[in-house]
Amino acid sequence: MLKCIARRLVLMIVVVLGVTMMTFSIMHLAPGDPAEMIAIAKYGMEDLTQEDIERIRKAEGLDAPVYVQYAKWLSHTARGDFGRSLITGEPVLEEIWYRFPATLKLALAAMMVSLFIAVPVGIISALRQYSLIDYLSMTGALIGVCMPNFWLGLLLILLFSVYLGLFPVCGYGGLRHIVLPALTLGTGMAAIVTRLTRSSMLEVLKQDYITTARAKGLSEKKIITDHALKNAFIPVITVIGLQFGHLLEGTVIVETIFAWPGVGKLLVDSIFARDFALIQGCVLIFAVIFVIVNLLVDISYVYLDPKIRYEKEH
Amino acid sequence: MNGAVVRARPHTYLLTRLNRNKAAVIGLGIILLLAFVAVFAPFLAPHHPYEQNPEQALLPPHPEYPCGTDDLGRCIFSRIIFGTRISLEIGIMVTAITACVGVVMGLIAGYYGRLVDEIIMRLVDILLAFPGLVLALAIAGLLGPGLFNVMLALAVVGWMGYARVVRGAVLAVKEKEFIESAKALGATDFYILTRHILPNVIAPVIVMATLGIGYVVLAAAALSFLGLGVQPPTPVWGAMLNSGKAFMRTAPHLTVFPGLAIMITVLAFNFLGDGLRDILDPRLNEREIE
Repeated sequence: MLKCIARRLVLMIVVVLGVTMMTFSIMHLAPGDPAEMIAIAKYGMEDLTQEDIERIRKAEGLDAPVYVQYAKWLSHTARGDFGRSLITGEPVLEEIWYRFPATLKLALAAMMVSLFIAVPVGIISALRQYSLIDYLSMTGALIGVCMPNFWLGLLLILLFSVYLGLFPVCGYGGLRHIVLPALTLGTGMAAIVTRLTRSSMLEVLKQDYITTARAKGLSEKKIITDHALKNAFIPVITVIGLQFGHLLEGTVIVETIFAWPGVGKLLVDSIFARDFALIQGCVLIFAVIFVIVNLLVDISYVYLDPKIRYEKEH
Repeated sequence: MNGAVVRARPHTYLLTRLNRNKAAVIGLGIILLLAFVAVFAPFLAPHHPYEQNPEQALLPPHPEYPCGTDDLGRCIFSRIIFGTRISLEIGIMVTAITACVGVVMGLIAGYYGRLVDEIIMRLVDILLAFPGLVLALAIAGLLGPGLFNVMLALAVVGWMGYARVVRGAVLAVKEKEFIESAKALGATDFYILTRHILPNVIAPVIVMATLGIGYVVLAAAALSFLGLGVQPPTPVWGAMLNSGKAFMRTAPHLTVFPGLAIMITVLAFNFLGDGLRDILDPRLNEREIE
């Protein structure tokens, strides 16, 4: 187990290195001169001279080869210095840190929304297989999977904000602000978890120990709550964990639609502003969170299912 | 293991099985319709997709303009029809590239094993351990807007799944007797890989690629919705939604129809992909045969 975690931690470092290396090299292959862009941000378009640009190129170390720049960036980052945003001049880490709670809040709210929908619906569908409820919920889940979240977001705004006036169109604030973004973000996950809860529950209900429990004369309610649910939830929890990573990915789009001031919107804004330090910082943060969540999921496996042991690594 | 898939006449077998799966037939039907629309777009569209008509801006749907008009008075229906071309083009091209790269990588990793395997699979691990859309977004954003850059960004983040599945399948087939005998007869690695191993590992790739087209269409639409895809005035579904956002109060049809087109396309590929999986997945087949 410990060996496995150590292995995963090493992989995590490799992932983060790999991803940042990739974005770093793309930034340098990308059209546009970063030195010139910083100069424009600093001095404006009009009084810009070639000397200014060259001076900034030297000062920012942009004249060095890419790998030297990357090594420098890495050593700074390792010490917690992510550089400064080219546009605002604020430290990148502070900007991200400031935005992070909003993203986390949104992702957690979306997860709660999806679980509140998915788990009961999935269980009921499994218990009433081939009933009208089952067909309706499975059709809903199918649509939920194929529904582009950016479209869903717009439709929800159209219905609940424009026509019914129940929730604000966008922005950050109280509970009323989070409802639509959380619904938008949570629907895709709800669809997947509903399907999985249903199929996992169906699978478990076919097992011998359920038949045994029935033969013993246990009440159906007890069979479901004590025997079936516990076992049916193992795959569900795994997927919830894996989906959390995808929720974070979805925040990029949902935050943009609802002008939600989180890291996702920060990433999109920084891409449009070509704010290299900020892009790199956001990508790094996404990578780290994604890998940590995956690691936690894997660890939680072992505790949930005693049958899984990591000694026998493939 | 693959015995269930191989029959006397596999193609007829596949079609009969597919025919029995209603969702797959519907999916295939929609896909064929979309392909038809894409090919014959100029004949099907009632208006030219770029034709502006300021006096007729933001009209709701009516017989002349079945999906209404946008802020420049362009026919939404015609733009959606032409948008099918780009969506399918990106979906099919990117999936073809990612599937080819993934299959080749998977074949090499699984067949040669050892260091090559280790290197390729660690690369796969790295890329799979990262949210693909974020990376695609960063790549597309940094390279700048345009069809090629979108396709490149989506291709970079899309090939790993194929490689992993193919590698697993290769490992399962590699030790079989018919590979041994081919080797004994002096067949080259290339011959064995293409003639003996590839046909045996291709089924899951077909399923993945079908589902993959749907995913790519969705991801491309997301990128263009964010303003990073193919640029206006080219008719692209995602970008149409994005520009419709500003007129949500006065012209909601700008928000409704392009999204519907995206969803139907994704749904169709999911239907067909799921159907193909039911037919081609050996595990499911075995269960059925029992």
